[in-house]
Parts: sequence; structure tokens; C-alpha cells
Amino acid sequence: MAVGSASWSFTEDDFGAITHSLQRFLQESDARCALLVDRSGQLVATVGEQPKFDATAFATLTAADFSANDQLARLIGETDFNSLFHQGEKESMYLADVARRVILVVLFDNRTTLGLVRLKMRQTVDELTKLFEKVFARPAQGQGGAPGLLAGADDEIDKLFQ
Amino acid sequence: MSMINYASREINCKIVYYGSGLGGKTSNLEHIYGKVQPDTRGKLISLATETERTLFFDFLPVDLGTIRGFKTRFHLYTVPGQVYYNASRKLILKGVDGIVFVADSQVERMEANQEAMQNLYDNMAEYGYDLTRMPFVIQYNKRDLPNAAPVRELQAALNPGWEVTEPSRQRVTPDASHAGENLIEQLPSGEWVEHAPYFEAVAVTGDGVFETLRAVSKLVLKSLA
Repeated sequence: MAVGSASWSFTEDDFGAITHSLQRFLQESDARCALLVDRSGQLVATVGEQPKFDATAFATLTAADFSANDQLARLIGETDFNSLFHQGEKESMYLADVARRVILVVLFDNRTTLGLVRLKMRQTVDELTKLFEKVFARPAQGQGGAPGLLAGADDEIDKLFQ
Repeated sequence: MSMINYASREINCKIVYYGSGLGGKTSNLEHIYGKVQPDTRGKLISLATETERTLFFDFLPVDLGTIRGFKTRFHLYTVPGQVYYNASRKLILKGVDGIVFVADSQVERMEANQEAMQNLYDNMAEYGYDLTRMPFVIQYNKRDLPNAAPVRELQAALNPGWEVTEPSRQRVTPDASHAGENLIEQLPSGEWVEHAPYFEAVAVTGDGVFETLRAVSKLVLKSLA
């Protein structure tokens, strides 16, 4: 298996647990929406009000934002910034690292405060960290552990590209 | 780092177009954006300077079809080619599943190509990725220009091949795209070498753009099998 293409997958059960945890967080914090994005820029989940913007593009820019800030942190002698805050006039966003592989992004407006969001986020980040550590500990698809989802699908792949 | 989402039945993969400045990486994405059906692609995001030089990256998500009931979604990125943007260039490689190296065929860009290729190997190695063991294709762009170097010379400079040590892979493998050429072959010295598949292109007119994309995405999906 190619080095560097380590893949990961999550099941409907994982998805259920993530959604449950984020829904409770949104209720307690009065934030509008929470998105989970993996470090390579892929959107994992969206909970709460469905965003009206292009969520795929948003996820990509979030990962880039976080990566750029990681490098800035290193330049000033920190290992990373585990959370970021962007303040707008009406809408703001708070980003936090989860298990070094995923980013939790919370969108909120004047109905709540940064203090409350930050306070409630700590517990949620802990919960999600445990959850994702379990997901990442599972043998990945096609890594010599579980058989790959596409095992034996060579013909189908060939057909796709004819 | 491909992500398989069983809840939304999607396979997400990341492909990065790498290469020296002004080589045609963004042109590749622009052509793909213009040609695929709007319902199978997202927005083309460009973080560029006022003079349209890529500052951080360009990004285009495209759906290439369904396999085993899973939508295959490819996230295409370009990196900024200019030498001094290495910090941001390296960030884009995080979690990459497949690489397209876009080489500028013009004779006078040979050195810039070689520098970019070395930079790609270095940046990949810093992440612990081994380029010779993952989906990787090379595109020789700008084939229409009068000062384009012969493909043979480009191959010798940028794609001389890497050693194949595993006995199970030491067998002659023909290059399906170029009759009479091999991807894996034995040199007269007895050493087995593997070359990355290559494609000739004129990205501004679209020649070779989809052949390149098809080749790299096929390799990525096969690496999951």
C-alpha cells in the first residue's frame, strides 16, 4: 500500500455519535451551526442551521486557514494554535483542533457570546477527540487491515474512465 | 488521505497539481472547470494575487462518477509555483492522495522544472510520504510551442525512473498510453526501474488535460482497492 495515502473512514454509528454531541453543544451554546472539517480540507459533517454558502469551499479554506496559522505558531515558537477566532460585525466563527486530524468550526451570531461558545466547546472537543481517536485507531481501508471498499472493483474503476 | 463517508456514501480524494511557476497548473483546473457539467463540479476557488499569480492555491471539486454506490469526489488543488512560496506550497500537500507534476516543456524552463521536481520530493519526504509509492503522473505541457524540448529529453531529466526492489514488481509493464514504451523495465545494467506515467498537453486549449486527470484519478481509486 502506498505510503502517504493512508485513508480513513467513518460509519453511520460514528456519524450518529458526532451529530449527537454537536447538537447538544449547539443547544447549550446557542451557536448557529457547527462543521467538522478534516485537515486535508474535506467536509466531514454539518450540524445545526444548514449553511447558505458553499460548504465544500468553506471546508477547504478552513483547513488552509488552520494550516497557515499552525506555521505562524511555529515561527513564534509555539507548536500550534489549538483554537482560532474570527470576529465579524454580526457573524463570528471559532475554530478548534480535534485529535490533530479534524477541525471543529462553530458559526455564531449576536444571540450568544464568545465566552459561552468557548466554555461549551471545551467539553465537546474532549468528547469528539475520544470519538475520533477511536475512528483513527481502526484499521484503515485497503491498508492491509480490513479489505478495501473498492477491493475487486478494478473492472468498475476501468469502466468509469472509458 | 482519502476519506470514505459511509453516512453520505462518498469517497473523497485529494489531487495536487505541482510544478514550476507559470507552467500551466491553474490552466489545467480552468479547463476542467469549463468542460465538466456544472452539476458535477463545485466552484473554482482561487487565492491569487492581483496579477493572477497563485498565492496560496486554486481549488476545484469534481465528481467523477459512482462506484459500488459511492460517489467519487475529487478535490483538485494547485500550488503556487514561485520558488519563494514554499511554505504555503508545502501545506497544500497535506493529506494528498495523488500528484500531477505539470512540467513546462520550453527548453529554457528545464532548470525550473528540475528544481520544482526536487522541491516536490523534498516536501513529500518531510511529510513522510514516498512519491515513488503513490499515484503520480507527469504532464508535459505547452507542447505546441516552437521552443518545446523533445519529450525524450524531458523524460531523461524529469522522469529517469526509480529503482524497483520488490521482486514481485520486477516485470516489464508496458505504458498503455505510449506504444513501445514501458513503465517498468530492466536496464542493460540489470537494474529494474519504474517511470511515472506521462502525458503531453496544451493546457490552454485543453489537449491532454482530461487524459492526465483520468490517469491520476484512476490510480488513486486503484490504490484504495
